[in-house]
Amino acid sequence: MSEHGHLWQNGPELDGQIPPGAIENKWDDLRFSMKLVAPANRRHYHVIVVGSGLAGASVATALGEQGYRVSCFCFQDSPRRAHSVAAQGGINAAKNYRNDGDSIRRLFYDTVKGGDYRSRESNTYRLAQISTEIIDQCVAQGVPFAREYGGYLDNRSFGGVQVSRTFYARGQTGQQLLLGAYQSLTRQIAAGQVEMHVRSEMLDLIVVDGIARGIVVRNLLTGEIRAVLGDAVVLATGGYSNVFFLSTNAKGCNVTAIWRAYRKGAVFANPCYTQIHPTCIPPSGSHQSKLTLMSESLRNDGRIWVPRHPGDTRSPNAVPEPDRYYFLEEKYPSFGNLVPRDVASRNAKQVVDEGMGVGPQQNGVYLDFSEAMERLGRGTIEQRYGNLFDMYHSITGEDPYAVPMRIYPAVHYTMGGLWVDYQLQSNVPGLFVLGEANFSDHGANRLGASALMQGLADGYFIAPYTIGNYLAGIDQTAVTADAPEVTGAIADVRNRLSALLGIQGRRTALSLHRELGQIMWEQCGMARTAESLSTAQAQLQGLRESFWNELYVPGDAGSLNQNLEFAGRVADLIELGELLVLDALHREESCGGHFREESQTADGEAKRNDEEFSYVAGWAWQGEGAAPMLRREPLAFEAVRLSERSYS
Amino acid sequence: MKLHLRVWRQSSAEDRGRFEDYELDDVSPDSSFLEMLDLLNEQLLEQRKMPVAFDHDCREGICGMCGLMIDGTAHGPVPGHTVCQLHMRHFKDGDRIVIEPWRVAAFPVVQDLVVDRGSFDRILQRGGFISFATGTAPEANSILIPKDRVDTAMDAATCIGCGACAAACPNGSATLFTAAKIGHLGHLPQGQPERYQRVMGMVGQMDAEGFGGCTNVGACTSVCPKEIGQDFISQMNRDYRRAVLGRTGD
Repeated sequence: MSEHGHLWQNGPELDGQIPPGAIENKWDDLRFSMKLVAPANRRHYHVIVVGSGLAGASVATALGEQGYRVSCFCFQDSPRRAHSVAAQGGINAAKNYRNDGDSIRRLFYDTVKGGDYRSRESNTYRLAQISTEIIDQCVAQGVPFAREYGGYLDNRSFGGVQVSRTFYARGQTGQQLLLGAYQSLTRQIAAGQVEMHVRSEMLDLIVVDGIARGIVVRNLLTGEIRAVLGDAVVLATGGYSNVFFLSTNAKGCNVTAIWRAYRKGAVFANPCYTQIHPTCIPPSGSHQSKLTLMSESLRNDGRIWVPRHPGDTRSPNAVPEPDRYYFLEEKYPSFGNLVPRDVASRNAKQVVDEGMGVGPQQNGVYLDFSEAMERLGRGTIEQRYGNLFDMYHSITGEDPYAVPMRIYPAVHYTMGGLWVDYQLQSNVPGLFVLGEANFSDHGANRLGASALMQGLADGYFIAPYTIGNYLAGIDQTAVTADAPEVTGAIADVRNRLSALLGIQGRRTALSLHRELGQIMWEQCGMARTAESLSTAQAQLQGLRESFWNELYVPGDAGSLNQNLEFAGRVADLIELGELLVLDALHREESCGGHFREESQTADGEAKRNDEEFSYVAGWAWQGEGAAPMLRREPLAFEAVRLSERSYS
Repeated sequence: MKLHLRVWRQSSAEDRGRFEDYELDDVSPDSSFLEMLDLLNEQLLEQRKMPVAFDHDCREGICGMCGLMIDGTAHGPVPGHTVCQLHMRHFKDGDRIVIEPWRVAAFPVVQDLVVDRGSFDRILQRGGFISFATGTAPEANSILIPKDRVDTAMDAATCIGCGACAAACPNGSATLFTAAKIGHLGHLPQGQPERYQRVMGMVGQMDAEGFGGCTNVGACTSVCPKEIGQDFISQMNRDYRRAVLGRTGD
């Protein structure tokens, strides 16, 4: 690491404030020791929630129900549109309804192992504990989970595990869970407990005396910029996959809220932990604006293969069985097509790189349902995956009932995010970070059907307690609108918008974003090397300069200007890209979604270096042009034994 | 492909608005309709003109953010699709395409193709939920629901709130949207206690927002990207009648 010493400076360790005691009791003990705000006093506290996805909507709801005053912000025209809506497959819970050996401990173990031993054990255990309550909550809200004929809830299995613990609503589980949360949020809005602000974008965090006290928001319709002040700020603003340009994220997903918080002192943890999802539709050309994910649940019944011999251009149905290479089934006999996402993705890349790729651009592998349709009948497949098959058909023009689907990995989720302690509070007091926006539970790789679980656990059942605990302990004076920290933050936001509008160059934000994505995917994608990352550093620096010299944004900041919004987000994504690459360069090991080619086993699997890298890498902003500070949080594994991840 | 586009341009709610014509070349048949608009906007920026504002987000047909009238049809010519999932292979080289925003009194135009659908959120605020507080939920499997009932509830619950139903309706009615939420919750045991209160509140708000009445035209279902059926409207009307007449005992 020393040769990179000039790229960062080491700082003090971070303390996750993990409660003492046995892992089973930590959360319970902490809840009992927490301070409470009496019901009649809660209306005196104002909590700002940014984001209205599963984490944001659920925490706004739960706090509103308790009696706090909540303001919630989203950039879409309705809170119902947050990107949680697009999750397809399902949500895990350790209900053990299938009597197949599931338990809280097993869900915990699977999540830690799936995360390649880079998550904080205590947080992950709590997530598994809470998982069962989430299902109860959602059913009570009217979420129409799939059911058996007897009226009981159905389950399916999902990648990386050997039990059936995933609850689902056709292929639209995220939509249904989000609508459940949105309905509860709607009830709080109607009751006057939550004030909802749509088409509003957070552009800065207001920190007074080291404490988070508010945000600067731009009304996207009128251009009005104002400060919103409160007693605590919650960021539930999702992930930053769009740093790769092509990802499965919605076009609006961005890093701005957490990036602005980073620049105001919040530590950014493990930015290089990005997840590549194995089952997406391959790109079809240069017009491509995003990639579409096909739920990983398809791997339950679909078999993944490529022609055994490179250059075999026969149509898939004409390739006889011996000439088909079921590479996952052959290499990982016990998990087969259900190996975790990173393993499935890397193997797909490997066979495509070796010339066995399929489709017009030879950039995919087959996902074949013919055997499952013979075994279960077409009706069952239709029932399980009908909408996914329709979606595939409509995008590609090919009928997946007749020919195998073509899939290829795409960036899907980011495990990194703002650093939080056990109570989901960042190192900036009063700033809480929930869901994908934080770093805490998934380590270096997230298991399928766990993102929805985490968003709702954080929002319904963790943050409402820990925020109350925080509020009960503060004794702060009111911040007024004329405080220098407030007026300064507003001025910064205005200046930045003027700067974007003032460049008047020749390049569009879209072309710059595409270039960013190309750099990130080529040099810092599924596999990374010291060399590729150094190349990326130079390229990103050049891109940042191009951006600030050549950008063209039309119009003004006084009304709806979608290009201006977009340009600001791209600027932040470029800066984040630089930190992501630095993090990837510094972590000279492979783990989960972070694969350093220099660190692999003889058979090409990710090789961790627990001696040197068993820690969370927290990056602290040190000012424009200065190297960031690296603050480590050592990871201790007490309940799970550190071992080499094996799925063979 | 080469296309002739006629696009509605309106700088603000106050502006009267007008159509403008654009020529667009090199459109890939594999691109989506919104990717075609991306291309148009890049071309406009090249000419240092204001790009066309349009709403979009997930681009996989589930967030409900996008919605355009394409040649007079909400979400365009392919049934069961949102405009982001509509691909250019459904058009021909040389086609003239007219693109407009939703035209509904209760969805005022904000800019170009962007409209304000806040009225939908306000309808749901009048009862489109189940009243219970986080933490009070019973064990999930203590509520048994026959599979066919939950499947029907799911058919209604797939509504993405895009507004195509109201845009297609000659009366500008939000009946299918409202009926979908009523049908979702009304088919579940959890939704029963507030069933009639819900229908009264939501239908009342729908009227207050300025949406028109339903005259059983059926245009809504034919453009609904989730193909939500007319039977939910019948159910809503039945519940509404019972609620008005006070005959809510089952």
